[in-house]
Amino acid sequence: MSIPETVPTAGRSRARANGWAKSILRFLVIIVTTYLGLLAVTFFIGRVIPIDPVLAVLGDRAPAHVVERTRELMGFNKPLYEQFYIYVRDALTGNFGTSVLTTNPVMSDIRRVFPATLELATLGTIIGSLIGVPLGVLAAVKRGSIADQIVRVVGLVGYSVPIFWLALLSLLFFYAKLRWVAYPGRIDIVYEYSFTPITGLYLLDSLWQGQWDVFRDVFRHIILPAGLLGYFSLAYISRMTRSFMLNELGQEYIVAARAKGLSETRIIWGHALRNAAVPLVTVIALSYAGLLEGSVLTETVFAWPGLGLYITNSLQNADMNAVLGGTIVIGSVFIAINILSDLLYRTLDPRTRAR
Amino acid sequence: MMHSLNKHVRMLTAGAAMSLILMAAAPAFAETPADTLVEGWAIDDIITMDPGEAFELSTAEVTANTYSYLVRLDINDTSKVVGDLAESWTVSDDGLTYTFKMKPDTKFASGNPVTAEDVAYSIERVVKLDKSPAFILTQFGLTGDNVTEKAKATDAGTFTFTVDKAYAPSFVLNCLTATVGAVVDKKLVLEHVAAVTPSAEYKYDNDFGNEWLKTGYAGSGAFKLREWRANEVVVMERNDNYYGEKTPLARVIYRHMKESSGQRLALEAGDIDVARNLEPGDFDAVSKNAELATTNAPKGTVYYFSLNQKNANLAKPEVAEAFKYLVDYDAIGSTLIKGIGEIHQTFLPKGVLGELPENPYKMDVAKAKELLAKAGLADGFSVTMDVRNTQPITGIAESIQQTLAQANIKMEIIPGDGKQTLTKYRNRTHDIYIGQWGQDYFDPNSNAETFTVNPDNSDEGKNKTLAWRNTWDVPKEWTEESKAALLEKDATKRAEMYKDLQKKVLEKSPFVVIFQQTEVAGLRGNVKGFKLGPSFDTNYVFTVSKD
Repeated sequence: MSIPETVPTAGRSRARANGWAKSILRFLVIIVTTYLGLLAVTFFIGRVIPIDPVLAVLGDRAPAHVVERTRELMGFNKPLYEQFYIYVRDALTGNFGTSVLTTNPVMSDIRRVFPATLELATLGTIIGSLIGVPLGVLAAVKRGSIADQIVRVVGLVGYSVPIFWLALLSLLFFYAKLRWVAYPGRIDIVYEYSFTPITGLYLLDSLWQGQWDVFRDVFRHIILPAGLLGYFSLAYISRMTRSFMLNELGQEYIVAARAKGLSETRIIWGHALRNAAVPLVTVIALSYAGLLEGSVLTETVFAWPGLGLYITNSLQNADMNAVLGGTIVIGSVFIAINILSDLLYRTLDPRTRAR
Repeated sequence: MMHSLNKHVRMLTAGAAMSLILMAAAPAFAETPADTLVEGWAIDDIITMDPGEAFELSTAEVTANTYSYLVRLDINDTSKVVGDLAESWTVSDDGLTYTFKMKPDTKFASGNPVTAEDVAYSIERVVKLDKSPAFILTQFGLTGDNVTEKAKATDAGTFTFTVDKAYAPSFVLNCLTATVGAVVDKKLVLEHVAAVTPSAEYKYDNDFGNEWLKTGYAGSGAFKLREWRANEVVVMERNDNYYGEKTPLARVIYRHMKESSGQRLALEAGDIDVARNLEPGDFDAVSKNAELATTNAPKGTVYYFSLNQKNANLAKPEVAEAFKYLVDYDAIGSTLIKGIGEIHQTFLPKGVLGELPENPYKMDVAKAKELLAKAGLADGFSVTMDVRNTQPITGIAESIQQTLAQANIKMEIIPGDGKQTLTKYRNRTHDIYIGQWGQDYFDPNSNAETFTVNPDNSDEGKNKTLAWRNTWDVPKEWTEESKAALLEKDATKRAEMYKDLQKKVLEKSPFVVIFQQTEVAGLRGNVKGFKLGPSFDTNYVFTVSKD
């Protein structure tokens, strides 16, 4: 907002504080409604899907009286709105219920599976952007050349080939034939009991503890699934980079820079990419958030005990507490990443700061 | 000018490749430790490790390897039982009281001695907790009020079990081999019980250690359970206090792997020793690999489809019979279930007392058309089938869809998730349901009851047997015969009664049994003594060794 020049200093700072309070309040309202909406939608979808939740708890073979008693105990015979109220009330006190499938409190399950996905997604995004951005730049700069065509084909393949198939194929090649990588899971059983994770991010934990052989083993386990996820985000990132860069390279300031006699490297990396980076941040953040949801197929193939597998498994078994807990975590991740990319946006784009 | 950009890219890729090679310089061949067996297995069905609550196939196997029971199935002839913790037993003349003499000097993994007190407590907690599998014991007339009388230790070495009717002894003993018959360490469990406020649904003041035993362990088996992490791993270690022969392996690890092709790759590479969920294609490849071996065993699960009698067309007896002629058994047997099942048309699986190895039906479209004409449906009709979207069920449903079309029956497939189709089935809102049925315990009564007993055919019926789910009003005499077989002391006569029942169901019932499941496993060549049993309770790994 613009403040008239005549406002005295004290008033100005009060107005600024007001503005801050307002934007924080608005932010809080958005977050609360987002969470409530998220919960309500997931909750009611979970209750109307044609699966009997008691069946999920007890299996097909439980006798009738056990089924009835369990229905009663789990509160499924109460009206829907009451069930929802109870759920939200408990959730506010930090109790997200117990997962039927694993018998653990939902949040302790998620604390166990989320680091696996976080580690995979982070490495995947790093790989994807470190390779994807330069490739996109290359394609834009050499528009129409062979290099451009190759980058576009690579992107297209990454975009259209089913990840399931590619995962199996890469396993066959890098694991079964070349034996460069390790499989299955996150860590070899040899280290299963000699290595105690702290954060659950095995790469960091093993580095922290100075266990180099563990680090190597973990790296060999993670590199292929992370590489695959990286390839998929690379496909997206390089395409977007290319089109952002093409847009920038056609601008007049580039012509001006060239006329000024700046080196081409400076023009591409210092000027064009700098400007293309602004929307690119959003692209990378979104693709990162997507990976953080957990890539179900990748996790299935690589026997990776992550969030995607956990939620899918729970959903298929109508284990609604687990699904709701997972939804909240994913929702939080999206909100957090959005805030982060907004902040980054402000640092990268001076115009957003000037206002 | 452009070369500077190229340099960037080149440096980046070179760096990435370098680090990859540095990190991945791998040992030539991965091998699991010599004293450890690693099995790749889909263990996502496990929801609890408490033997009083567990009713899942994977848990049955883990429990059988980590707990001792009073009696066990004789692995060489599963229609008989042998003593485990019990040295011998007698049945009173009225057939009501079973007296078990315990083996002396047996110990739990914790070091506590195993006594008849532990057996009594194990049964008491099953009955009082009253979880899903409790009926296997409560069907003998045990209730929370009388269990301490009916199942009690007369002294440290003698356990008596009193049933309410003079059942066939084979029935009673078979039920004691189920997971609920596992003997828990009373002293250890009592250290971990949680207090509960009694209520109308649950009138006891403690949980009999249920919460702790969900992931805990209190057994005396050849292995002890070290850890279960849901959807990740089950780790068992040698139990040095085991009364029997010590296991050659120090450790057995079940690693959760859902994917058949992944299991095959890991088996070929040597990262797992046993692959448990191989699909036909991968199993075939494994069996052709000289470094690997395979094994298989028929399991107590039958696959069938059934006709809901609420549907007026399906309720006609001729239609039910026609359906039995409209299944291409040969084609299904030689392709869809090759290696993972064999054609089997009677409701008792192979290996159980009273099995009837008869498969009289063959595909015969002309005969089926004749029957349909007799029912006044020469022009066919439309019908739906609820199909769980997994193989081989989907494939079989599609095959049936094609063969039915030859007799002008238009069948629509409604695909769904397993729990979804099951919910519909249990609400009796299906037309045709295709699925599998596994025995609850290793006794013919388990299947006989579900296929031939339906005391209340109304929608409110409490006993949701398969007969009830298909709204099938079972002839009274059949139900009577099924119940009489339970009381038949002579095992041979008892077997005959079940054979007779199977013949009747085969001829006149809305069930079309197609095949019996075969469990397969791929093994590394150095794995010795690995044998799959006819049930998951008999998939023992304590005799397995590695060269």
